[in-house]
Amino acid sequence: MGHKHEVERKAELGESSPLWRAPGEGLIVAGYRRDHEKVDPPHDFPAYRGTISRHPKRPLVPIPDALTEITGPLLGEDRVGAADFDLTAGMGGEPQGQKMVLHGRVLDGNGRPVRGTLIEIWQANAAGRYWHAWDNHPAPLDPHFEGVGRCLTDDHGRYRFVTIKPGSYPWGNHFNAWRPAHIHVSLFGRAFAQRLVTQMYFPGDPMFDHDPIFNSVREPADRARLIAAFDWEATTPEWALGYRFDIVLRGRESTPFEEPGA
Amino acid sequence: MSGTTPPGALPPTPSQTVGPFFSFGLEWEDGPFAVPAGTAGAIRVEGRLLDGRGHPIPDGLVETWQADPDGRFAHPDDPRGAVAREGFRGFARCPTDDEGRWSVLTLKPGAVPGPGEGLQAPHIAVSVFARGLLQRLVTRIYFGDEEAANAADPVLGSLRGGDAERATLIAAPVEGGYRLDIYLQGPDETVFFAI
Repeated sequence: MGHKHEVERKAELGESSPLWRAPGEGLIVAGYRRDHEKVDPPHDFPAYRGTISRHPKRPLVPIPDALTEITGPLLGEDRVGAADFDLTAGMGGEPQGQKMVLHGRVLDGNGRPVRGTLIEIWQANAAGRYWHAWDNHPAPLDPHFEGVGRCLTDDHGRYRFVTIKPGSYPWGNHFNAWRPAHIHVSLFGRAFAQRLVTQMYFPGDPMFDHDPIFNSVREPADRARLIAAFDWEATTPEWALGYRFDIVLRGRESTPFEEPGA
Repeated sequence: MSGTTPPGALPPTPSQTVGPFFSFGLEWEDGPFAVPAGTAGAIRVEGRLLDGRGHPIPDGLVETWQADPDGRFAHPDDPRGAVAREGFRGFARCPTDDEGRWSVLTLKPGAVPGPGEGLQAPHIAVSVFARGLLQRLVTRIYFGDEEAANAADPVLGSLRGGDAERATLIAAPVEGGYRLDIYLQGPDETVFFAI
């Protein structure tokens, strides 16, 4: 995949292809950079067994971004309740575990804040158990912790959740397999091309070396960007530890196809 | 277009799998409804999600995004201007059931201009998430009763695998809507796009 693949396809189809128009030939919109292809994990990663019968075996077909890809759902206030940022509230009591503040900024690849975008998170409880019927890990459910949160970023791209630190849990991928503690994060950005689902990890987790999902991201520097930083400033006396996790969504191309004089 | 992060720009945060237990976090009561039930002209677009062994995927999530029936988007980045249509969200999200089935209620999109002078046939953009997918898969749904528009569509027309590949993207008209199965792998593997 990636730039090379795209260049090859463009060359193969030819400059006269309706897919790849030259400047001045009608509606061309600036797309999103494809640098995510370098940092995202491969579809085929057999150490994570779930990929084996679920990854496409034919190469993905590169297509240029058009109106469908550069637009996307701008979901707003109606999706988020006032207390949805606080995963420790609303369940009739204090959950078990280490309370924490998770905050950060959502930026695009050009360093601009992504404003008013919906963030959804979900996670296991302090004992490593999910609020899900299929989770058969024999750790206790916590009646005061469901593990779901939502919020919108503010005008600076900032977000903030209050939660508890999730526990590690075993899974059936291989003998003695344990996931590093993590929080699942889902973001829309402002375009279909920016949609991202990822996982946030905690610094120094002893499971990092043993987890194929974390290690499916090829470059250590890219894996490092999945790890939140302990944040002393956000740590609140007698109450909660602070962690900071900044998220970068794909940046938009400058407008190479802008028509002269347009 | 570029596969590298230019100097001064920020590399994106990598993707990770949605995992098997997302449903309590990502399931919305109104998720499968790009338009409310009872909307005039609404169509149901449905199908199954299947793996390389032909087994249904019971822990997948299908998301759709599309233009309205006039081919417009309620979005400021559309150079023609944003057009909001009352009651139409353009977006739907449906977790698969035990048989791998998904279904969304929406309006049939109109044709969308570009790239260039041409028109893209009516289509729905699709993201597929599941345990075992380390990043989403992107595909499209076209409509089997739009033969002339599909024949002129630049994306469909550029597929090298011809009719067999195109067929993996074209939903069959059925009572009340359209139907298309999505195969992640195997002889009927769906065409997935890099965007």
